[in-house]
Amino acid sequence: MSTSAAEPGASSRGRSMSSSPEVAGVAADAHVSFLRRYIFSTDHKIIGVQYFFLALTAVTIGTILSLLMRFHLVWPAAHLPFVAGGIMTPEQYLALVTMHGTIMVFFVLTTAPQSAFGNYFLPLQIGAPDMAFPRLNMLSFWLTLLAFLVMLCAFFVPGGAPISGWTAYPPLSGLGDITGPGEGMGQSLWLASVLIFCLASLLGSINFISTTIDMRAPGMTLMRMPLTVWAWFVTAILSLLAFAVLFAGGILLVLDRVAGTSFFLPAGLVVSGELQAHGGGSPLLWQHLFWFFGHPEVYIAILPGMGVVSHILANFSRKPVFGYRAMAFAICAIGFLGFLVWGHHMFVSGMNPYSGLTFSLVTLSIGVPSAVKTFNWLGTLWGGRIQFHSPMLFAIGFVSFFVTGGLSGIFLAQPAVDTQLHATYYVVAHFHIVMGVAAIFGIFAATYYWFPKMFGRRMNETLGKLHLWLTFAGVYCIFMPMHFVGIAGGIRRYADSTGASYLAALQPLHHFMTMAAFVTAAAQLIFFYNFFASLKKGEIASANPWNATTLEWITSSPPPADNFGGRFPSVYRGPYEYSVPGVAQDFLPQHLSPEQTASVGKEVPNGG
Amino acid sequence: MAASHVAELIERHGGGAAGNGGDFGDSGEESGNPGVPQRTYVTGMTIAVGGILMFFMALVSAWVVRRGFPNSDWQPIAMPRILWLNTFILLASSATIERSRRSLVVGRHADYRHWWGVATILGVFFLCGQLLAWRQMFAAGLFLVTNPSSSFFYVFTAAHGFHILGGIAALLAVAWRSPHRLTRETATKVVALYWHFLAALWLAIFALLLLEG
Repeated sequence: MSTSAAEPGASSRGRSMSSSPEVAGVAADAHVSFLRRYIFSTDHKIIGVQYFFLALTAVTIGTILSLLMRFHLVWPAAHLPFVAGGIMTPEQYLALVTMHGTIMVFFVLTTAPQSAFGNYFLPLQIGAPDMAFPRLNMLSFWLTLLAFLVMLCAFFVPGGAPISGWTAYPPLSGLGDITGPGEGMGQSLWLASVLIFCLASLLGSINFISTTIDMRAPGMTLMRMPLTVWAWFVTAILSLLAFAVLFAGGILLVLDRVAGTSFFLPAGLVVSGELQAHGGGSPLLWQHLFWFFGHPEVYIAILPGMGVVSHILANFSRKPVFGYRAMAFAICAIGFLGFLVWGHHMFVSGMNPYSGLTFSLVTLSIGVPSAVKTFNWLGTLWGGRIQFHSPMLFAIGFVSFFVTGGLSGIFLAQPAVDTQLHATYYVVAHFHIVMGVAAIFGIFAATYYWFPKMFGRRMNETLGKLHLWLTFAGVYCIFMPMHFVGIAGGIRRYADSTGASYLAALQPLHHFMTMAAFVTAAAQLIFFYNFFASLKKGEIASANPWNATTLEWITSSPPPADNFGGRFPSVYRGPYEYSVPGVAQDFLPQHLSPEQTASVGKEVPNGG
Repeated sequence: MAASHVAELIERHGGGAAGNGGDFGDSGEESGNPGVPQRTYVTGMTIAVGGILMFFMALVSAWVVRRGFPNSDWQPIAMPRILWLNTFILLASSATIERSRRSLVVGRHADYRHWWGVATILGVFFLCGQLLAWRQMFAAGLFLVTNPSSSFFYVFTAAHGFHILGGIAALLAVAWRSPHRLTRETATKVVALYWHFLAALWLAIFALLLLEG
C-alpha cells in the first residue's frame, strides 16, 4: 500500500536498491571508485551518513567521559588503572568536564541534528537533487572531522586536555600552562579545533541557506515546507551569525595566548607567584563574545529536534500539525530572540543589574514561542489516531524533556534566583535535560524514523521501545535528583565534595545518580545493537513505510544518487495532509497532482 | 602590461558564457534534473558576505568595548599615511571590476578582460600597500602588543587582508580558467559582489580607525 502512492518509476528503482542496503543510500555507479563514492563523496546523503557516524563516535566518547566523572564523584579515591598516578586528580576531573562538554556540544548536538539529518533530508524534502554546493559540503564534513581529531589529540599531549570548561573563560584559558595542566598545548589544540569547527559550520550554513532559498521544487512554497526544513533553515542562519562571532573571539584569544596581546587579560594578574605581563583587557569581553555565540548554539542544538518532533507527531497522529504557520513563526521567533539573551549566562559576572533585568525579560519572553510549540504539539496529538512506533515515543519523550527543562529555565532566567543557583548542580540538571537529553531524543526519534529511508531496512520495534523506556526513565533518574542537589547547595565543577560536611547528606543522591547513569548508558548498547544488526538483517523497508506525505518518501529506500531517479517532483499541497476529509487514503503526498489525488481517493479504499 | 597578460589568459582559456551549461550547472545527464540555478551562486555569496560581516561586527564590538573601559590603557595611534593611497587603490579596483562586469553584460569581451585584469592588479597593489603600512607601523615602534589600539589595527588589517587575498585568488581563478559549474556571467557577478563588499568593508574599517582609533 505504501508504495502505491509513490511514482512507479521511483518505486521500481527502489526495489533493486533496497536489496543491498550496505550501499548506504547511493545508486551504484560503476565508474565511481569506492573512495570517491563513500569517502570523498559530494553526495549529500553520503555526507549526512558520514556526519551521523562522526556524531555516533563522538557521543560514545562523550558518554564514557561522563561516566568517568560520575564514577569519580562517588568514589573519588578509587584506583583507576588508566589514570596517570592511579587516583584521578581534580585537574584530570576538570579535563573530563571540559572535553565532555566540548565534544557533546560541538560534535554531537551541533553535528547530528543539523549536519547529519539536515544534510541527508533537506534536499530530499524540498525535492532537490543535492545541496547547492556539493564540494563545499564535502569540505565542511572534512573540516569537522579534522576539528574532531584535533580535539581528541588534546588528551595525548603533555599536560593532557584543557581544564577551562567548554566555555574556555580567560584568564584561565589565556595564559598558557602556567595556569594548570592542559592549559598549554591542550588548550591550544582545543582552540584550534574550535576555530576549524567554526569554519566548517560557516561553510555548512551557507550551503543550507542557499539550498533552502534556491533549490526548492516547483510548488514548494515556504509555507509548504516541512517544519524540519524550517528548523534546519533557521538553525543554519543562527550558525552563520553565531559561529562568525565565536571565530572572531577565538582569534583574539589565540592572540592573547601566543602573541602576548591583552584583549581578555587584565593587568596585575599574579599566577603561581608570577606577575603576568598582560594588562588592561577584560575577561568579561570574552564572556560576551562567547555567549553571543553560546546561547544561539543552544537553539542550534534544539531547533532541528523541534522540527523533527513536529514532523513525527503529525505522521503518527495521522493529523496535520496543529497550527503549522504558528509553528513556523515560533521557530523564527525563537531563533531571533535567541540572539538577545546571551547575558542570562552572565548574571553572576557582576553586570549592571539593569542589564540583568533586560536579559531576564527577553529570556522569559522566549517562553511565549516555546509555549506555542508545546501546546501545538499537544494539539497535534489531541484526537489523533496515535500509532506508538519507536520514533513517535521518542518524539513524545522530547516534548516531556523540553517541558521539564524549559520550566527550570524560567527559574534560572531570574537574576535573583540564578545568583543562588548558578554555580550549583541545578544548572547542570537544567541544561542537560533541555539541551542535552531533549536534543538527543530528537536525534533518536530522527534515527528511528528515517533509518528505513537511509539504509533501506527497518529497525527492530521491540528493541526500540525497550531502549526508549530504559533511557526515558534512566534520564529522569539521573537529572531529577540533580535539581535537588543543586537547590541544596551542591556545587558543580567540584571534583570531590565528600570532604564538605554540609554536602554529606547529598552523597546518597550522587550514588543514585551515578547508578542511574551507568544503567542508562548500558541501555544505549541496545540501541547500538539494534542499529548495527538492523543494518545487516533488518526487515526490508518499502519506499514509504510510515505512510507519510513529504517528498523524501516518494523515492526509493535508500534513494538513488540523484534522489528521485530523474523524476523530479512538483508540489501541490502542504506537508502534513493527513486524514483529509473526503479522501479515502488517510495521507495525501505533497507531490500528487489534483488528478492523481482523485484517483487515490477512488482506488485505495482504506489508507489507514 | 600585466593587465593585458591576464586578459590574454582569459581569452586563451575561453571567456564568454558559451558552453558552460546554461542554467543547469554540470548536472543534467538525467532528464528533468533541475540542477543548480545560477542565481544560487549569487545567493551563496550574499550569505557568505553576511557571515563575514558578522565576523567583523564581532571584532568591531570587541574594539568598542576594549576601548571604552574606564581607566583604559588605550592610546590612540596615528594611521600610516599610505592607507589613504591604499583606500584609493581599492576603490579604483572596485570601480574597474564594475566596469569589467558591465562590459561583459553588454558583450564587449575585450573590455571585460582588460578591466578584469586591471582590477586584479589593483587588488595586488592594495595588499602590498597594506604591507607597507605595516612597515610604517613597525618603523614607528607600533607592534601587535604595543597597545590595544595597535593590536586591533593589526587584527583588522590582517583579517581584511586575508579576505582580499581570497578575493585575488578568485579574480585570478576566473581569469585563468573557465568556471566549472557557473556561467562566466555568474562567476563574474559573484566575484564582483565579493570585491565590492571588501571595498565597502575597508572603507568602514578605515573610517572607524581614523575617526575613533
